[in-house]
Amino acid sequence: MLENALRFMTLADANVRFVLLGSLLIGATGGLLGSFAVLRRRSLVGDALAHAALPGVALAYLWTGSKALPVLLAGATVSGVLGVLLMQFIINFTRIKADAAIGIVLSVFFGIGIVLLTHIQRTGSGNQSGLDKFLFGQAASLVEDDLKVMSVLAGLIILVLVLFFKEFKALIFDPSFLQSLGYSTRWIDVLLMGLIALTVMVGLQAVGVVLIAAMLITPAVAARFWTEQLNKMVLLAAAFGGASGIVGTFISSLAPRIPTGPVMVLVATFFFVVSALLAPKRGVLARGLRRQHNARREAQQHFLRACIELQEKLAQQRAWAIEELAIEMGHSPDKVKRIGRQLEKAGLVLRQDGRFSLTEAGLEEGLFVVKSHRLWEHYLYYRTILDADHVDRPADEVEHLLTPEIIVRLEEILARERGIDTEQIINLHGTGSQYRRGGRE
Amino acid sequence: MSQNTHPIQIHDMTIAYHKKPVLWDVDLDVPEGQLVGIIGPNGAGKSTMIKAIMDLVPKASGWVKIYGKDYGEMRKIIGYVPQRESVDWDFQISALDVVLMGRYGHIGWMRRPGKEDRCIARESLDKVGMGDFAERQISQLSGGQQQRVFLARALAQDARIYMMDEPFAGVDAATERAIIDILVTLREQGKTILVVHHDLQTVTEYFNWVIMLNMRVVASGLTREVFTDENLQKTYGGRLTVLSQAAQAMAEQRRGDR
Amino acid sequence: MIEISGSFWIVLTGVLATASCGLLGTFLVLRKMSLLGDALSHAVLPGIAIAFLLSGSRAIVPMFLGATLFGLVTTLLVEAFHKKWQVQEDASIGVVFTALFALGVVLITAFAGQVDLDQECVLYGEIAYTPWDLLLWGEYSLGPRPVWILGGVLAVNLLLVTLFYKELKIASFDPAMAVSVGINATLIHYLLMAMVSLTTVASFESVGAILVVAMLIVPGATAYLWSDRLEVVIGLAMFFGMSSAVVGYYLASYWDSSIAGAMVVVVGGIFLFSLLFSPNQGVLSRLWQRLQLSLQVAQDHMLLALVRRDEEVEERARLRPDELVGSAAVLGILAQMAFRRLRWRRLLQQVDGMVELSAAGEQVALGLLRKHRLWETYMNRLGLPEDHVHAPADVIEHFISAELEAELGAEVGDERDPQGKQIPPSG
Repeated sequence: MLENALRFMTLADANVRFVLLGSLLIGATGGLLGSFAVLRRRSLVGDALAHAALPGVALAYLWTGSKALPVLLAGATVSGVLGVLLMQFIINFTRIKADAAIGIVLSVFFGIGIVLLTHIQRTGSGNQSGLDKFLFGQAASLVEDDLKVMSVLAGLIILVLVLFFKEFKALIFDPSFLQSLGYSTRWIDVLLMGLIALTVMVGLQAVGVVLIAAMLITPAVAARFWTEQLNKMVLLAAAFGGASGIVGTFISSLAPRIPTGPVMVLVATFFFVVSALLAPKRGVLARGLRRQHNARREAQQHFLRACIELQEKLAQQRAWAIEELAIEMGHSPDKVKRIGRQLEKAGLVLRQDGRFSLTEAGLEEGLFVVKSHRLWEHYLYYRTILDADHVDRPADEVEHLLTPEIIVRLEEILARERGIDTEQIINLHGTGSQYRRGGRE
Repeated sequence: MSQNTHPIQIHDMTIAYHKKPVLWDVDLDVPEGQLVGIIGPNGAGKSTMIKAIMDLVPKASGWVKIYGKDYGEMRKIIGYVPQRESVDWDFQISALDVVLMGRYGHIGWMRRPGKEDRCIARESLDKVGMGDFAERQISQLSGGQQQRVFLARALAQDARIYMMDEPFAGVDAATERAIIDILVTLREQGKTILVVHHDLQTVTEYFNWVIMLNMRVVASGLTREVFTDENLQKTYGGRLTVLSQAAQAMAEQRRGDR
Repeated sequence: MIEISGSFWIVLTGVLATASCGLLGTFLVLRKMSLLGDALSHAVLPGIAIAFLLSGSRAIVPMFLGATLFGLVTTLLVEAFHKKWQVQEDASIGVVFTALFALGVVLITAFAGQVDLDQECVLYGEIAYTPWDLLLWGEYSLGPRPVWILGGVLAVNLLLVTLFYKELKIASFDPAMAVSVGINATLIHYLLMAMVSLTTVASFESVGAILVVAMLIVPGATAYLWSDRLEVVIGLAMFFGMSSAVVGYYLASYWDSSIAGAMVVVVGGIFLFSLLFSPNQGVLSRLWQRLQLSLQVAQDHMLLALVRRDEEVEERARLRPDELVGSAAVLGILAQMAFRRLRWRRLLQQVDGMVELSAAGEQVALGLLRKHRLWETYMNRLGLPEDHVHAPADVIEHFISAELEAELGAEVGDERDPQGKQIPPSG
């Protein structure tokens, strides 16, 4: 095993170099095309195509007696494309829906392939084995000639992709717009399908028909977590795919009994899981942190508002005990204490003798929050036929979200329609705000 | 009229899809025996409101009472006609099968529809003028006929309250006439019917009660009283930019919070 | 002796597995969940492999637990990726099942020494060994174990589907309605998924993953082409599945190959046959209907040509047959067929090598002309200019029913058409 690893690392063996380069090509083209396949909702069509390629491999061998890769791939392409055409025919001409049509093509063609393969195995003479590597893939079996074929295909794929990048992009995001520009979306779709077919062919020998679809789907979905931009997504998917190819091949070279395809797929899945967890915006972790941050911010703003509203009620007082705030906010004293500590650190409140008071900055922020809250209450109250007692709850949620632009608009509307001077919506010096409606007091 | 005789009471109900509010703070009392039109522009939350009454979408806040009780206890007395596009009309069942589904709430788990249920289903089909099509597979019916089958299914539910989501969408004039005749008959029997409706021209003709909706209830009451130009202006005037801006802000802020 | 009973057991195993699959598959296809079925039957593999490794045997209970667990995980993950992370639904199915299947294959090959399964077996099963995998009761043999397991699973499936038939039906057709009458559509969904997992596990070791996928989807979809009644569709699906198990076995022994694969080939054949020949949905019947329609249109055109000529010359007009055939404005051979059919219907009569309308033909032709001109007039009334209405009327005239004709007649009255020509009276 160690020997194997060493052979691998040093790239001393020409064969190892071929195998590695091959895996890299497979993963990278898979990631490139996969991005388009996934966004165009063709991912499982790729799966059907791959499964449908199997009888082609077997038939090509039966007819020619040759196991040269170009021959087998030609057969695979023909039967794969035939499968996709049949699928499209079923969807267009019968009431069978797309999902079932995919399933039918996938399983029946694969069944035919298995029958042919087992027949070849059981009746053929001596040299028959080797075709079954097309099931789960065997990267170690790649030789120089295979690599030439794969490189030509990969080059062709990349060339067409670069030439038609803009059309594919438009196809994904706005097919009807593309059509309005005079392009035939149908032909661009066909071209994309053709490229997907070629991509499947590149990986057929090393990954196998059963799991090659994962090399299209998984790296692309993983890349999607990191970016919203197609160009970046495509490149990232190619990188994930290429890395999965190389790492997968390396791992399976340590234990030659394990087929390459499943290992590559597991490595790609690993990238997917890592992306899902760690991606900066859409990842699980980032979402959790953001949610926590929002909750904390809302709680802090509530605290500030409570201080200001207490100040309105009791104009002479400037510092409040935890219990007073707890009653005003409707939270437990422990929670209030915790929020108070956070605010203290942020320099928005001061704590002396267990009592909290607002700093200059805290007062400013608090006034903004209270103003948002009150403006919103007024708006809901006047603009809708709500009872006074309902207004508060949505205002509690909304106040944290109102942007300065919305506030300005609210002020305009209320001043224009109701003659409310929003400057005086908060009154820290009288006996409570005169503009507060009766509902709460 | 005492409080709990109201067929439908809604208090302070807010509905949000993916944290984005689509209906704010709905308060409603619908009295018994009314044929109620729910009107408002696209995206006003009309379908959402009847789905929320039937607990088909979660409420962010507030409650709904059916004759003073929770929906779960009262679901047998509510009949539902969803939008026609909401189901797959290629499904391999006959018109009678669809109508029989209206009886399922009465039959209960694991039991099969009996003779009486079939009888009721056939009668319901007759009432909507579809008696001759009972055995027809549903994909072979025209749009208007499919809508009538849906109505028959609601009739078979033998409910006291009916909720209908755009029953007049895409039907021919004859079907529209037939449906409204049945609705009027139902109202005369003291049933309460809520209908999501699009065509403003027929509102005064069809409905004696109207709920005008645009992300919140703009007006609700007898048609002759509340179906006024002023309320229409408020409902369709699109002056709710602040409300939808705030909803958008909430959605954006919390995107990813789920 | 052993030969004969051996085949019997193999075929019986196949029949039991395909019957279960056909039964559940119909619901999967109807609910547009075929691909979830496909994913499920792949994704249970690691569950089976782990159960194998832990229990060290082929005992059904640990395998079922393992597989159901992974089945559930698949369903939940696909839903979570799709709904929470906005991954396209097909892509999230793709990610989940390929990952789990890959894991299963790696487990099986990595522990090949300890596991009595191999990668080929995972794909196409070991149905041929069925007769030797006996269930023993003390010293007595009760017959092959897979037959008992699959028979039990079929019984459970039949029982559950019978008990919850009505609920399955409504939850599949109209989930919102189901919920509104108090039937928990989610519960039904998971019940179905659990049955699919159970069936997959039971079938796996004898018939393999492909047969399960194929038998879940293909028979249901095939039956979908033949009938409009759900009960009949289910029955047909089971029948198609079971007969392909029988025929597939003999195909495999005739053309030495995988038995499970051959069963799939047969069911694929049945599908292809149905695709071509089913009475309503089949390709041939569609083509036939299209041909009939074109013939009808061609005949209508010829009758109209003659009756218009009659109107022009104000007497019974005669045309040369080739002139008339030319007026049909369709492919030559179709026009010839239409011409022959008109004569056969005795709507035309031949005089001195020329053709003219018979009395009956004139009736039919005037009816057509009436429809054509009614429609033109109607469209013209709606404000379309004269030169816009002729071409659409040319198309519509073939499709106007008696009912619509009456309605148009009432609307338009006995006016003249936009070109000032008389609209023939009805009848």
